[in-house]
Amino acid sequence: MDTESTYSGYSYYSGRSRGSHRHGERSRDRHKSRSKDSRSEKSVTINTPPAEPLLGDTAVRGEQVQDDNWGETTTAITGTSEHSLSQEDIVRITKDLEDSVGLDCRRYFTRTLAIILGLLVFLTPLAFLVLPHILWPDKLQSCGTACEGLFISVAFKLLILLLAVWALFFRPARAGLPRVYVFRALLAVLVLLFVISYWLFYGVRILDSQDENYQGIVQYAVSLVDALLFIHYLAIVLLELRQLQPCYSVCVTRSTDGETRHYNLGQLSIQRAALAIIEHYYCDFPVHNPALLSASKSRSAKHLAGLKVYNVDGEFPAAPAEGPGNNAAAGIAHSQSRAMIAAAARRRDTSHNELYYEEAEHERRVRKRRARLVVAVEEAFTHIKRMQEEEQKKAPGDVMDPREAAQAIFPSMARALQKYLRTTKQQHCHSMESIQQHLAFCITNNMTPKAFLESYLTPGPTVQYSRDFWRARQWTLISEASVTSGLKDGTIFLLKCVDFSLVVTSKKIPYIQMSEEYIDPKSHKFVLRLQSETSV
Amino acid sequence: MSFVPGQPVTAVVERVEIQKLRQGENLILGFSIGGGIDQDPGQNPFSEDKSDKGIYVTRISPKGPADLAGLKMGDKIMQVNGWDMTMVTHDQARKKLTKKREDVVRLLVTRKSLEEAVKHSKCSYPKH
Repeated sequence: MDTESTYSGYSYYSGRSRGSHRHGERSRDRHKSRSKDSRSEKSVTINTPPAEPLLGDTAVRGEQVQDDNWGETTTAITGTSEHSLSQEDIVRITKDLEDSVGLDCRRYFTRTLAIILGLLVFLTPLAFLVLPHILWPDKLQSCGTACEGLFISVAFKLLILLLAVWALFFRPARAGLPRVYVFRALLAVLVLLFVISYWLFYGVRILDSQDENYQGIVQYAVSLVDALLFIHYLAIVLLELRQLQPCYSVCVTRSTDGETRHYNLGQLSIQRAALAIIEHYYCDFPVHNPALLSASKSRSAKHLAGLKVYNVDGEFPAAPAEGPGNNAAAGIAHSQSRAMIAAAARRRDTSHNELYYEEAEHERRVRKRRARLVVAVEEAFTHIKRMQEEEQKKAPGDVMDPREAAQAIFPSMARALQKYLRTTKQQHCHSMESIQQHLAFCITNNMTPKAFLESYLTPGPTVQYSRDFWRARQWTLISEASVTSGLKDGTIFLLKCVDFSLVVTSKKIPYIQMSEEYIDPKSHKFVLRLQSETSV
Repeated sequence: MSFVPGQPVTAVVERVEIQKLRQGENLILGFSIGGGIDQDPGQNPFSEDKSDKGIYVTRISPKGPADLAGLKMGDKIMQVNGWDMTMVTHDQARKKLTKKREDVVRLLVTRKSLEEAVKHSKCSYPKH
C-alpha cells in the first residue's frame, strides 16, 4: 500500500534557472554547490500557493461604499471555497506541527502494515498445516500419498503467490500521491477479512473439535492458497488491466504559453491520471522558458498604464443592507470598466504595429545567427577525424579521446552558439559543461553537425535538459472533485507547479460504430473515355 | 438538340455542300470532327447538352473547302450524303466523310443560331 508523501526530498525551486548564467567556471561551481545543498536537506517542504481571496474585490468595493458598514458588505473568505485544495489546509497545519517527521511516519506506517499483512497471509496456510501436529499429534491420522502430493502443491502455490505479491505490491513506488490508493486499500481489507474468516472456521471446527482427518485439513489449507491466488488475479485486473483500455481523452494545456497536447487514458482515479499526465508532460511538452513570456507581459503593462480611472462623483447612496449595497458597488465597477474599454477603443493604439515589426525583426535576427552558427559548427566538425585501429598503432602522437577532441573544437563554435542562444533566450538552459558533454557524445557516436545542433535549435522536451531541470518537482493537484474518484466526462483539474500550471480537461471517447463493406477484387474495372479529333 | 430516347429529334438544319479538294493522293474537306457514341460527351466544348454524343465540327482550316462552303466551328453534323450522323461512332463518321469515290459531300448541319433565327422570324411577323 503506497500512501506515500507527496513530494520528494529535493526542495529547491526551478526559479533559480531564470537567472542569467555565464558560461564558464561559475556555472560549474554553482551546479556543484546547489546539488550539495539539495542533497543535505532531506526535509520535505510543500509549497502552498498564497490563498487568493475569491471575492477580494468586494472587500475593496465595500470600503469605498461606506466605511462604517464594511463589516456587513465585505464577504468573509472561509476555507471551503470553490477550488477546494484537498490536502492543502490539513497539510499546512500539520507542516507546522511535525514538519518532515509526520510524513515519513505515514510512509513507514503503511509499509509496515503491508508487510504485516503479507506475513499473516503467507504464514496462515503453514500454520494450518503445522498446528495439528503440535496440538494433537497422537490422534492425527497419518498422511497418505495423496495428502503428501498436496504438500507439494501448497509449497509451489505459496512460492508463486509470494513472487506475485512482491511483483504487484512491493516494488519501489515511482511517485507519492496525495491520497490512499483506494483499490489497494480495498484489496487489503478484502484479504484481511478473508483470512480472518478462514481462521474463524479453522478455530471453531478444527481446533476445538480436534479433527483427526489430516487430509481434510491439508485440503482446507490448499483451498485457502487457491482462493488467495484468485484474489491476486482480481488485484491484477483491478490495478493493472482496468486502466489499459483507453476510455477518456484528456486535453492538457500549459497555462503560461498555451501548449496543448491530447492523451488517451483508461479508467483511472484523478490522482493516478494526474501522475500519468505528468509523466507524459516531461516527454512531450517543450521545456518551459519563462524568458519568452516577458514580451507579452510588458505589452499588457503598457495597456494598463495608459488609462487611469477617477471617480468624479464623490457621494454614494447609503447601503443599509447587503443586497442594495453590493448592487451599487457592482454597478460602479461595471461603469468603470465600460469607461475604460471605451477609452481604450477610441485611443489610437499602435501597439499592434510595433508588435508586427518587432517580430519580423526578431525573426530576421534569429535566422541570421542561425546561419552563422550552422556554418561555424560544420567547419568545426571538419577538423576532427576518427582514427582507425591500424592508424592508431602507426602514429601514436597527438591522439585525443572524445572529451579532449570536444574541448579542442569547442572554442571555434562557442561564440556563434552563445550568440544564438542569447537571441532565442535559451542561454540559461545550457551550460558550457553540458554543451561540451553533448559535443563529446556526438563525436563518439559519429553524429553529423546537424544532429549536434538539433538540440539547440529547437526547444526540446524537459527530459532533454540537464537533471536539475526535471528532477522531481513539487506538483500540486487542485481539483473540485475528490482526487480518489474516477475520471468522468467533463472532469477539470489543475496540476500546479512553481512557475506554471497544467489545466486538464477530460472527455469521454464516444462509442464507435463500425460497419463492414466487402469489395470483390474482380469488381475493379475501368473504361477509357476519349474525345478524339480527326481531320477529314 | 438533346436526345430523348423514344422521341424523334427535331432540329433546324442548314444544307452545306462541300467540294472535296484534291491534295496529292487524298481528297480533303478542310475541317476536323469530334464526338461519336464511343466518345466521352462531357469533354465536348461545343455541345449545349453535355450528354449529346453527336458529331461536331471542332476546327475549320481557313480558306479550305469547308470554310468556303460556309461550315462553321461548333456545328453539329446531322446527315452526310443521306447517312445519319447522330448515332454513329467516331470512326463510322470519318468513313462516311472520306469516301474516295465521292467528290462532293452534302451535309445537314445545325447550330444554335439557326434555331434562334427561326424563332426570331416567327415572332417578328404579326399574325395575319
